[in-house]
Amino acid sequence: MVRMSSVVIVGYGGYVPRYRIKGEEIARIWGRDRSELPTEEKSVTGLDEDTVTLAVEAARIALKRARIPPSKIGAVHVGTESKPYAVKPSGTIVAEAIGAVPRITAADFEFACKAGTEALQFITSLVDAGRIEYGLAIGADTAQGRPGDALEFTAASGAAAFIIGKNKNEGVAEIEAWTSYVTDTPDFWRREYERYPHHTARFTGDPAYFHHIVNSVKNLLENDGYTLNDVDYVVFHQPNTRFPLVAARLLGVDLEKVKPGLVVGQIGNTYAACSLLGLVRVLDQAKPGQRILLSSFGSGAGSDSYIIRVLENIKLKRDLAPPLDKFIDRKTYIDYAIYARHRKKILM
Amino acid sequence: MSRVYIAGVGLTKVDEHWWISLENLMTEASIKALDDAGLSRIDSIYVGSMLSLILQEQGHLGALLAEELGLSGIPAMAVEAATASGSAAVYAGAREIESGRADAVLVVGVDKMSDGMAEEVAAAMTSSERQEYTGFIGATFYSINALIYNLYMDKYGVSQEKIALFPVLCHEHSVNVPHAQYPFKIKLETVLNSPYVSEPLRRFETTAIADGAAALVLVNEETARKLDSPKTELLIEASTDYLTPFQREDPLWFPAVQLATSRALSRAKLERRDIKILEVFDATSIMAILSLESSGFAERGKAWQLLEKGELSLSGSIPCNTFGGLKARGHPAGATSVYQIAELHLQLTNRAGKNQVDSARAGLAQSLGAVASTAFVTILKEV
Repeated sequence: MVRMSSVVIVGYGGYVPRYRIKGEEIARIWGRDRSELPTEEKSVTGLDEDTVTLAVEAARIALKRARIPPSKIGAVHVGTESKPYAVKPSGTIVAEAIGAVPRITAADFEFACKAGTEALQFITSLVDAGRIEYGLAIGADTAQGRPGDALEFTAASGAAAFIIGKNKNEGVAEIEAWTSYVTDTPDFWRREYERYPHHTARFTGDPAYFHHIVNSVKNLLENDGYTLNDVDYVVFHQPNTRFPLVAARLLGVDLEKVKPGLVVGQIGNTYAACSLLGLVRVLDQAKPGQRILLSSFGSGAGSDSYIIRVLENIKLKRDLAPPLDKFIDRKTYIDYAIYARHRKKILM
Repeated sequence: MSRVYIAGVGLTKVDEHWWISLENLMTEASIKALDDAGLSRIDSIYVGSMLSLILQEQGHLGALLAEELGLSGIPAMAVEAATASGSAAVYAGAREIESGRADAVLVVGVDKMSDGMAEEVAAAMTSSERQEYTGFIGATFYSINALIYNLYMDKYGVSQEKIALFPVLCHEHSVNVPHAQYPFKIKLETVLNSPYVSEPLRRFETTAIADGAAALVLVNEETARKLDSPKTELLIEASTDYLTPFQREDPLWFPAVQLATSRALSRAKLERRDIKILEVFDATSIMAILSLESSGFAERGKAWQLLEKGELSLSGSIPCNTFGGLKARGHPAGATSVYQIAELHLQLTNRAGKNQVDSARAGLAQSLGAVASTAFVTILKEV
């Protein structure tokens, strides 16, 4: 448990690329049963997009809401498992693109789907400790799914960015507390030089996703004196449409509190951006004074849970940039052939 | 030749045991069986496992289990006969007692499939086929079953709705079984709407990845007399056939099942009508149907009628797979056939709980390797 003294989200932004492929189209190619699709459709990057360009898009939206000069940002951390360079940080490219260089620290984080909330932990800690005035935490991914594998139906692309500061008058929401729950549980992995990850069927559920999320949330609530009645929205990591609903049932969370933050059905699992995009969607509609419980999950495995309270400023800043739904609703459908080209699945 | 008795059984729950190792599973089942028998000393150990060499890269299971049990020093070894490995271990143990070389033998079946990725498990299961023929053309146990399934429906004019009743029956029987992997009922529509594994075979007509261990304590007549535990008499026979059913004269007939059944009945001096409980090897629904027919408990092309009339239900004339069978109790490969025999023993010693079948004095279990390339038939008689 880490209780923050006064750390606020100054600006936030979510970005989803415009291309979509329907689950039915993927099922058609691989002869899969269409009654068991884990999501309706998923987002796909354009030919000129990668994790870094998605991260820059989200960061620019966050900056619009933050209304601070980028040069005041002291740290840029990107959480991703699909960084374009094996060696060379994505954070430096993002920082350069938004004009935050050179007086910054920049690094990438990797922890499967919770790399974004992990980056957020480090940025909030740097701000809380007074080492920087503002920091930028991003979760971004162009997730890989082996052609024909179950993951191909969900592995999607997107980014979410958060600018963190200390001045409550600038904040749209206050980060009141966070905690982590981490064990060595190999439910999903991609080794060096491999293009696609491996995963372990049901093992990714009970001992991985559910065990870590349930314990992370319980620890946060118990250690910090919160109850589920204190929160108005609950956002879980969303690898498919079913898992977050089951997690809600296991924890006794009212489904009405979960639904506003569900985006997986429309855009798929955006990995390191996934739960953070759910948070963006909730911030787009929450009222001042309401509390949000955010719980991510990263394979390998771990879960970060946050308690975030919405501040009065949300009303002023929310409309300074397009809401996430604008990107979710903006879509161009592509077939599997175009998808294969966009996702570089055709190797000569 | 000494008679052979089961004096104790031990079962672990069939499940995906992510936190329990292969050796701990077989040790747990062994200790339960020894406790059930009230024995602490045995003369030898036979372990049946199909997949441990591939999935865990763990061989030498005999000495390993002896060490785990603090019994190092006694003879111990593993035997393998694909998914009938457990029965092969029972066969070896029973023959040792019959020969007079042992008074008490521990037999364990074990496999832990959840240690492998789905594709690794599928490849490992295909090790029971002839690799140079079946394996190399990419066929699997399920695709062979699908071909046989089509052939059966075509030849006898039986629809899938009739055959798919078998998994429904198994799930009905598993509801009250603490060691069952899937203790819940399913509907026929659920089976028929589940995705194809290999057309026409659907997912709910097959089994899932499972871990488990089952153990029996086999004893001779003299030892049986000294023990207070409930006992049954065991007779086991075996037969083999071509590895690929399409090399046989008739792929819809399992001669190994027929032979082993006849041998076992004749040794037990019993007729088919004396058998009041059956355990058939429903690795798929169609395998169960063909096993019922090949063993002579149903007419050819008509096994589905037993299902439809309720004859195989707990209250029927010949209750079948009374703890859920492979489909619902679970199918941890090499361990499965020891579960089958242990469950018959629980029935005949009146310890089957809510699934207790009345007035059965003898039961028969069929355990198959691949598509009946190996068949073990075990008869248990009330003592």
